[in-house]
Amino acid sequence: MADETPKPSELLAKLDHRPPATGWMDTPVEIRKGMYCYAANPKSVKALGLPNARQWNPLDDDWKLPDNWQQILHEGFKERLEKFRTFKVFMDICVRCGACADKCHFFIGTGDPKNMPVLRAELLRSVYRNDFTTFGRILGRLGGARPMTMNVLKEWWYYMFQCTECRRCSVFCPYGIDTAEITIMGRELLNLLGLNIDWIATPVANCYRTGNHLGIQPHAFKDMIDFFCDDIEEITGIRPNPQFNKKGADILFITPSGDVFADPGTYTCMGYLMLFHFLQEKYGFDITWSTYASEGGNFGFFTSHEVMKRLNAKMYLEAKRLGVKWILGGECGHMWRVIHQYMDTMNGPADFLEEPVNPVTGTKFENAKSTKMVHIAEFTADLIKHGKLDLDPSRNDNKIITFHDSCNPARGMGMFEEPRYVIRNVANHFYEMPANTIRENTFCCGSGAGLNAGENMELRMAGGLPRANAVKYVHEKFGVNMLACICAIDRAALPTSMEYWVPEMDVTGLHELVANALILPGEKQRETDLRGEPLPGMEDADE
Amino acid sequence: MNKNYLVSLLAVIGLFVIAWVGSAIGLKWLFGIVIPYAALVVFVAGVWRKVMGWARSPVPFRIPTTCGQQKTMPWIKQAAIENPSTKGGVFVRMLLEILAFRSLFRNTRMKMREGKLSYNLEIFLWVGALAFHYAFLTTLVRHLRFFTEPIPSWVSLIEKVDSFFRVEIMYDPIHFGLPGIYVSGLVLLAAVTYLFLRRLFVRPVRYISLASDYFPLFLIMGIALTGIFMRYFTKVDITSIKELTMGLVTFHWSIPEGIGNLFFVHLFFVSVLLAYFPFSKLMHMGGVFLSPTRNLTANTREVRHVNPWNYPVKVHTYEAYEDEFREKMIEAGLPVEKMPEPKPEEPKEEKE
Repeated sequence: MADETPKPSELLAKLDHRPPATGWMDTPVEIRKGMYCYAANPKSVKALGLPNARQWNPLDDDWKLPDNWQQILHEGFKERLEKFRTFKVFMDICVRCGACADKCHFFIGTGDPKNMPVLRAELLRSVYRNDFTTFGRILGRLGGARPMTMNVLKEWWYYMFQCTECRRCSVFCPYGIDTAEITIMGRELLNLLGLNIDWIATPVANCYRTGNHLGIQPHAFKDMIDFFCDDIEEITGIRPNPQFNKKGADILFITPSGDVFADPGTYTCMGYLMLFHFLQEKYGFDITWSTYASEGGNFGFFTSHEVMKRLNAKMYLEAKRLGVKWILGGECGHMWRVIHQYMDTMNGPADFLEEPVNPVTGTKFENAKSTKMVHIAEFTADLIKHGKLDLDPSRNDNKIITFHDSCNPARGMGMFEEPRYVIRNVANHFYEMPANTIRENTFCCGSGAGLNAGENMELRMAGGLPRANAVKYVHEKFGVNMLACICAIDRAALPTSMEYWVPEMDVTGLHELVANALILPGEKQRETDLRGEPLPGMEDADE
Repeated sequence: MNKNYLVSLLAVIGLFVIAWVGSAIGLKWLFGIVIPYAALVVFVAGVWRKVMGWARSPVPFRIPTTCGQQKTMPWIKQAAIENPSTKGGVFVRMLLEILAFRSLFRNTRMKMREGKLSYNLEIFLWVGALAFHYAFLTTLVRHLRFFTEPIPSWVSLIEKVDSFFRVEIMYDPIHFGLPGIYVSGLVLLAAVTYLFLRRLFVRPVRYISLASDYFPLFLIMGIALTGIFMRYFTKVDITSIKELTMGLVTFHWSIPEGIGNLFFVHLFFVSVLLAYFPFSKLMHMGGVFLSPTRNLTANTREVRHVNPWNYPVKVHTYEAYEDEFREKMIEAGLPVEKMPEPKPEEPKEEKE
């Protein structure tokens, strides 16, 4: 795959933001290699009992749809208009002012006008006008309406899977029209016809059965964590002793399984283990991992509201079974949108849990008192504020850090200061990227919302351009060499994007930085960081 | 691509001709009385239906777009307006959106030079939109003088402020004076022209524009132009017009003599705009109040939001999970709920 992806210079050379001469309704979709993800494996679709499980190929003419597919879509559309005010209002009120057009990372990176958020929504609106409005029916194309055809369906599919639901456009929309909401509805409708992509459908099926996207079974999950404990012992001389599925623990910990699986997320995972060990030794902190609820992320969110709810249910079910007081959540992006804006509504009320209180500092997390789930950046920031951690920030001195706000914690939660506060306390060199590219204006990594596959690499690299461009700026200006983030998809996607656009840039989670600085009780003189790289001043200690 | 605005322009020209000819051949009662009433009815009923339609759909999830720091620990300063956790915060956020177009004010323009991206503040759309809407509002308010008797003092005041500028030539040979110039009318025309030119010349905006984006612009341009023309050039008989408009308000209809055709064109344009309103994107006026990404508190973890249609779903229970993996879990030393039944021993065959 990778060898077919155009080089950065080629990608930039062909980047043209001028729209084509033909109108968008007259420009048929061309499903292009490198830009789309493979179709869902029928086994995975079947595992959840979702409709129309079959082998199909997006490049074929025949998508093997049920005969009445237009009717299914029409009724599905109608149902969602009646269930979601967002959808109904957003179908009606766009004035096409164009403010959103150049806010989308996919438009910036591909120049494809149908990646302007307004046109992505118009793909659905045009059918809405035809099917549900009088003017649309009478005026037809002149009124911006068109009937649902196979070509329109392909267009929907292609562009609904070229949106990462990052919500950047919705910050700029004068009416708050949220393209994530449009894409969510679009994907729900596509799923009625069995038109999911495999990079979403298979993790969903895995998560349903084994508890996590990667399909790690309970014993293997424990093995992997044990393996991190080996590494930690080697580096620090201290072996953490994590607890699993422990009934009666104070707190349940849930993090995306990506952190257990691949670098550099694994270092973040080691960071959690070390932090918990520290707190356990010093303050008797009692936290458990779960193998059943071993996934923080939720690719169901990229499938439908219902599948999101089915996967998310495990968090509360497990918390109830284990009898914990509250839940602590790891670093993940869309996981936190689901927890912050959906979980309590879908699967609550969590009246079997207690309002979360940090057992170490006594801080009441008022902002989480109903959902009863706290973000680990909030938790760690609170620990640091109360001086509960022994930190040596100089151990991160060879890292010149910038912070990438992940889309969902930024625009679906508003967590900006907590991670920054943590970074400033565990490291000495921190520089912000330009203001228009961070906080609520942050750019997506380009691979969110289930698009982190291998076969759509060109799309991912194009979508990653705006973020990479801002990283490059601080790299050149301040010598930044470490990109910190609080999202597992970021940790999986950004290294590839950085290698492509800004070589020499490493990617780290927040708690890897914390653990590097954290002084464990009784630890030996550390010579390396968690990655096995020499600590500052220890470069020659290897002899 | 040009079809979209040409069709709209032709439509507005067509409307002009219809009203002009209609009024010229004596259908003044139609254009002066029947159509305005009908338009008003369609407007009110249409807007009501649309807004009620939106309101009928529930808000299953509380999903505001957060544009600032969340409420968290007390030592971290919350962005109480951009990420509101209280109704008061939401109120101010909505006020800023509706009165000051807060989100549009954020607008930036992306530029790419030699592979480097930059995003600079792009304020013109915001200025243009703000000018347009406030000029429209002022124009609307000062037209109340045609529909009230006596004219409320605040209407007169707004009118006075609006017509602050005057053009007069007091020269012995020539005495020339225009009635006080309404700034709002000119700003409205300028702003609507800007919005049109922007659609025409900014390529991405032209690309996304539909006929229904040009039509209201041309219509409003027509309204402004006919109004300006009547006031400053043909100098219509205000008294007669007021007689007509007051007749509409008091249901004592009359079509006084001496009202030019242009007035009926003006009134017809306004009627068409009213009747068109509920079926078009102009409904953003109502929708902006109802947008769930802006008008809700962002404290979903603090206060539970209830979804009226929440329904139970099929989940994979822990029991089912443990049933599948029990042996592996035991082997790995993970606690289980149910220990497997000891395998029943083979019954030994008893030998006699």
